[in-house]
Amino acid sequence: MNRTYELMFIVRPDMPEEEQDKLISTLENAVASSSGHVKSVERMGKRRLAYTVRKFHDGIYVLLTVEGGGGLIHELERRLRVTEPVIKFLTVRIDEEQKRLDKIKAIKDAKRKAAAPAPAAEAAGEAPAATA
Amino acid sequence: MADETRSSESSSGGDRSDRGERRPSSRPGGPGGGREGGGGGGRKYFRRKKVCKFCVEKIEAINYKDIRLLAQFVAESGRIVPRRLTGVCTPHQRRLSLAIKQARNIALLPFAGRAA
Repeated sequence: MNRTYELMFIVRPDMPEEEQDKLISTLENAVASSSGHVKSVERMGKRRLAYTVRKFHDGIYVLLTVEGGGGLIHELERRLRVTEPVIKFLTVRIDEEQKRLDKIKAIKDAKRKAAAPAPAAEAAGEAPAATA
Repeated sequence: MADETRSSESSSGGDRSDRGERRPSSRPGGPGGGREGGGGGGRKYFRRKKVCKFCVEKIEAINYKDIRLLAQFVAESGRIVPRRLTGVCTPHQRRLSLAIKQARNIALLPFAGRAA
């Protein structure tokens, strides 16, 4: 059930800062009540839209990284849909892609270790100790 | 008889040379507009072997937020540039087109035309 999603949404450019905070905190509360958790909130700021959306040429982009189930996403999307200042949103599941990238990275690291024999072995021995 | 054969030969020959010259010159002139194509020597050109940018530079993550990267594979008109022109390999093109479509959905890239 634990999936990771990226929720990107655009609010209208004339929305005041406090209201954005309010909107984000209500979304966070919704996430918390559905036993998920918000990993990060990133405000990407005002950007020019590639095409007009509801007669707006710019929009304020907000990116939310959320962990939780599909029901949670359903609820969040419903909330975004009924929130008037939100002009567009997109949800992308990212955990599988992340898993794939981690796997590629692990293979690459393993190859690097195999390629460099004696001197790298010492460094490799030290590296986990340093991280732990 | 002789005239006919001669004329048909010459006309067909003329057609061929015309086609050969017209195509390359009309291509840049069409979409770009107002660009005067250079005269002769258009037919002989070096075709460099195309390579997949993502394989060469080892870019694994193709994300819809990375507009700088995606914009390289989107034509001026907003369309996704086909593999045969960019040289991107099939698996990467698949990811790329998905990412471009996601970016379009959230108004980072245009569906058609320049970003206005």
